[in-house]
Amino acid sequence: MMRSVAWRNTKNHLMTALMLAATAAVLFPLLLIFVHIVKMGIDSLSVDFFTQIPKPTGEQGGGMANGMLGSLIMIGAASLVGLPIGIFGAIYLTEYGGSRMSAAIRFAADVLSGTPSIITGLVAYSLLVVPMKGFSAMAGAAALGMIMVPIVLRTTEEQLKMVPGTLREASLALGVPLWRTSLKVTLRSATSGVLTGILLAIARVAGETAPLLFTALGNQFWGKSLFAPMAAIPLQIFTFAISPYEDWHRLAWAGALVLVVVMFTLSLTARYFGRQKYRI
Amino acid sequence: MNNKVQLDQVNIHFGKTHAVKNVSILFPENSVTAIIGPSGCGKSTLLRSINRMHDLFPSARVEGRILVDGSDIYDKGVDPVSIRRRVGMVFQKPNPFPAMSIYDNVIAGYKLNGRMVKSEADDIVETSLKRVALWEEVKDRLKTNAMNLSGGQQQRLCIARTIAVKPEVILMDEPASALDPISTLKIEELIEELKERYTIIIVTHNMQQAARVSDYTAFLYMGELVECGETKKIFTTPEQKQTEDYITGRFG
Ligand SMILES: Nc1ncnc2c1ncn2[C@@H]1O[C@H](COP(=O)(O)OP(=O)(O)O)[C@@H](O)[C@H]1O
Ligand SMILES: [Mg+2]
Repeated sequence: MMRSVAWRNTKNHLMTALMLAATAAVLFPLLLIFVHIVKMGIDSLSVDFFTQIPKPTGEQGGGMANGMLGSLIMIGAASLVGLPIGIFGAIYLTEYGGSRMSAAIRFAADVLSGTPSIITGLVAYSLLVVPMKGFSAMAGAAALGMIMVPIVLRTTEEQLKMVPGTLREASLALGVPLWRTSLKVTLRSATSGVLTGILLAIARVAGETAPLLFTALGNQFWGKSLFAPMAAIPLQIFTFAISPYEDWHRLAWAGALVLVVVMFTLSLTARYFGRQKYRI
Repeated sequence: MNNKVQLDQVNIHFGKTHAVKNVSILFPENSVTAIIGPSGCGKSTLLRSINRMHDLFPSARVEGRILVDGSDIYDKGVDPVSIRRRVGMVFQKPNPFPAMSIYDNVIAGYKLNGRMVKSEADDIVETSLKRVALWEEVKDRLKTNAMNLSGGQQQRLCIARTIAVKPEVILMDEPASALDPISTLKIEELIEELKERYTIIIVTHNMQQAARVSDYTAFLYMGELVECGETKKIFTTPEQKQTEDYITGRFG
């Protein structure tokens, strides 16, 4: 009797220790990355970094302002098209989906979100860059949008499914058409969850490099238009990091720091919204 | 008396399940008709066919004719939305819109449809709440969240929300089954008053309730209509043995 209790206690401690170790194993690399990036990048973070474009090689200073603006523009354009498609697609799936059609859409979304992003870039390259005879921010945005749509579609669908059917029925029984019910009751009840999905999708594409490599291409200067090559933070980090110049390396680290902080903030905000109750 | 709603050889299927079998019933205007029967016999299914709520389930199939004021609500070209505006529905569990105030819940039918006239809102809210005897209890906190109300108050709010859009028929699916005895009594009194203006069809598995509130009773068993007639008669001298067994509590 005594021995079995002691043994059980030992097992208990052992398991607790194992789980603590596992937790540490997950957190440690994250902490390591964060500390390292901060250490390497913090010195190069200056006003110049946020306001200047890169200086020609050999000159000191310069920043990544064009990359930040480029990322903003391309993510913005991708969201402008991608978010409505994802959200309305999800509404279609939950509210109107005849089984065959919705199964096909779900399958397509899952395949699309499992596709390596470099392939998404290649697709945008052959569909947009080649016919339009040039790299462009628009092609970059399209590639990012293709990554966002399935993420937003599936997370929104999950959220819509969690809205109690009794609310939809209450609205329908009042003589509110299905499409209005979908928007004003179902989607609105799921707002916080949908926002979480959107933020996570943005966080995901904010760091994407591969799909931009042969679409937006990158640009040492301010982008001229949506139909011209454009800089982006991940692209600049990539180019600067593989360059042979010491000060470009430092800029790359600073860019990495900015990117990590932005993603961290997005994820935290997403979590905040994710915790909110369903409301309309 | 005028028959407001008329079911004529109605059959309802869910895929392979034959839930309602060849049911024909008349529902007289400004009266309360109770649909009773054991759980799973098709009461809700039957009720929900009268405001076309089954349209939402692709597997549901409604056959036969369902007439409101003499015209078939399943005719081609009839908009289910316009039917639901005339035939309102109160559900088993109170389901106010959780993030809306009491006030907004009452006018939800107008707000969600984007056709609220601001100057009329106060009036509609007051009249509707008075009609469900909730006005005195909530008039000082109309702008507070509806979820703070008790279950019974929430259900009366849901009834207020239903009559606010001025239906002609009100369907109630076990409206008091989730409530305490006192709230139940209030709902029953309310039904008594509402029938002056509306035609009411109420599903209940509580026979005392059916006997108390209804003028007519229809007994459904395994999807079939066993017997239907004046409540007094059904509860005192039923024609069918099955009906007698059920109301005397011998099964179900
Ligand atoms: N949406 C649905 N899909 C499939 N079957 C259903 C659906 N709704 C009800 N049914 C079936 O129809 C029958 C009657 O159910 P219901 O009308 O809810 O009974 P009651 O309200 O009398 O308890 C049951 O066998 C039930 O399983
Ligand atoms: Mg039922």
